[in-house]
Amino acid sequence: MSYAKTAENPIYRRRRRTNVLMLSLSSGTVVFGLFWLAWILIVLLMEGTDSLRPALFSESTPPPGAAGGLANAIVGSLLMVGFGTLIGTPVGIFAGTYLAEYGKTSVLARATRFINDVLLSAPSIVIGLFIYAVYVAKVKHFSGWAGSLALAIIVVPVVVRTTDDMLRLVPNSLREAAVALGCPQWKMITAICYRAARAGIGTGVLLAIARISGETAPLLFTALNNQFFSTDMNQPMANLPVVIFQFAMSPYDEWHRLAWGGAALITLSVLGLNILARTLLARKT
Amino acid sequence: MSVNTHELVERQAQAASDRATSWRNTVMDGLFRNLTRLFALLVLCLLAAIFVSLVIGGWTAIEKFGPRFLVTEEWNPVTEDFGALVPIYGTLVTSLIALLIALPVSFGIALFLTELAPTWLRRPLGMAIELLAAIPSIIYGMWGLFVFAPVFQRYAEPAIKATLGNLPGVGALFSGPPMGIGMLTAGIILGIMVIPFIAAVMRDVFELAPPMLKESAHALGATTWEVVWKVVLPYTKIGVVGGVMLGLGRALGETMAVTFVIGNAHELSLSLLAPGNSIASALANEFTEAVGDIYASALIELGLILFLITSIVLALSKLLLARLAKREGTQT
Repeated sequence: MSYAKTAENPIYRRRRRTNVLMLSLSSGTVVFGLFWLAWILIVLLMEGTDSLRPALFSESTPPPGAAGGLANAIVGSLLMVGFGTLIGTPVGIFAGTYLAEYGKTSVLARATRFINDVLLSAPSIVIGLFIYAVYVAKVKHFSGWAGSLALAIIVVPVVVRTTDDMLRLVPNSLREAAVALGCPQWKMITAICYRAARAGIGTGVLLAIARISGETAPLLFTALNNQFFSTDMNQPMANLPVVIFQFAMSPYDEWHRLAWGGAALITLSVLGLNILARTLLARKT
Repeated sequence: MSVNTHELVERQAQAASDRATSWRNTVMDGLFRNLTRLFALLVLCLLAAIFVSLVIGGWTAIEKFGPRFLVTEEWNPVTEDFGALVPIYGTLVTSLIALLIALPVSFGIALFLTELAPTWLRRPLGMAIELLAAIPSIIYGMWGLFVFAPVFQRYAEPAIKATLGNLPGVGALFSGPPMGIGMLTAGIILGIMVIPFIAAVMRDVFELAPPMLKESAHALGATTWEVVWKVVLPYTKIGVVGGVMLGLGRALGETMAVTFVIGNAHELSLSLLAPGNSIASALANEFTEAVGDIYASALIELGLILFLITSIVLALSKLLLARLAKREGTQT
């Protein structure tokens, strides 16, 4: 018993060894995670940067073998992401407002939160199928609007979640002060609560935009693709993710290079949006 | 007298305008409240709407094939005979491989972020890991097909075949020519993709463990590892399982990354090195080219199956996490 707490105690040494081993393995897993991030980013930068020429932004997608750019896909993506956000954001903010300000812990609010969390991680390809079934199959043609609708459905749960969370962080004393001054509830919410939660809700919208910018699966059966430059939202519309998919799967070198350029473009903007959103939120809280 | 009358008239006008304002506010209050409630109901109905539309779209196939659809491996657009066994099997196997990889790695990352990392490093490191989740899945797919698969084929697969492939029993899982693409490759890439989701949940639930319990264990002489393994983990068990379910839900429905590297072969094979198919990648590859009602309808039924499985898994995950949060609420 005399050596109970000394380094010679075999049990104590074994426990120390296990501790050191496990903690080193834990540090190793972090390196493992960062390794893949670094590998993917380095490959993208190496393969993508020589495709990032002005022609990429000024010329449309070429037929096999010819030179060209991704202008039509970039414009199509911007249009659909823009309209998707415009449609999805108000729906999300209003629904989130109901959950945080009116519903709180009622059955309806709890059920909606539950369903919303399931939707948040629902496979995006199924959302594409849904829009195909309710919209594309009815009007009988693929279109930019269908793509925007599919993206909007992905935006909604992200915005609902952040709006709900951020409004619930607004201190009740602010609400009480407004009501004590005779402010009606709708005015309190729009003038006080929204203003207090502005940064958080904005972050949610930014994260939603980042998420849909790279979504490919829901656009496959909705917007499809278009080889030509088009801003007609009622026609099939080119978009970066689907063009990347099509070009990467093709046997042509020229198309592969364009696909890498598009991939670098998308990843840089998505990561940029993410970092922007997170630093915005970090500075505010 | 005349002054008093004047005052009275003014006061009455004031009262009337007050009533008008208050009436307008009542109306606006009701409007705003019901407007927000309408949108909340819309979100609530969305899940059901997706479900119903998929049932309707897939009805032709559901009627024609019945439950047989789930267990037959035939997938023949020419004879219009369809069975979902191959994609269901591929989806489950790749997700399982993903979890086998992501579970220990995420645990290690969460442990590092909550116990080991110095405070100034936690935020940037956590953000870097979360960026893994921000990379679009099509990028994982392209990188997987053009960069990872060739490396994996040249160096890893021969090594795996030489070691694991010779073991009795599990050897069959690693037989066949090394092709680079296949279910194992898809599973590994899926694993990398779900690491940030599981790690984020684990980190959050580890932080729920009461400091008092941890400090008590430290005071009794427990090592950091023992505190995590014997105090923090048992306390947060439900939440950890919830996080794993969330990762599983993500892996099951992941489309583009898998489509690039799984090989898209409608064949059932025991070997993980062989190409296969998953529900999501079958949809991505075939849906726009599906001619004929039964073909399209069979694909929509596949989507329905995927939606059902992921919804159940995600709902379970949510319930488990809610249970942990509730226990947390009642105990403190």
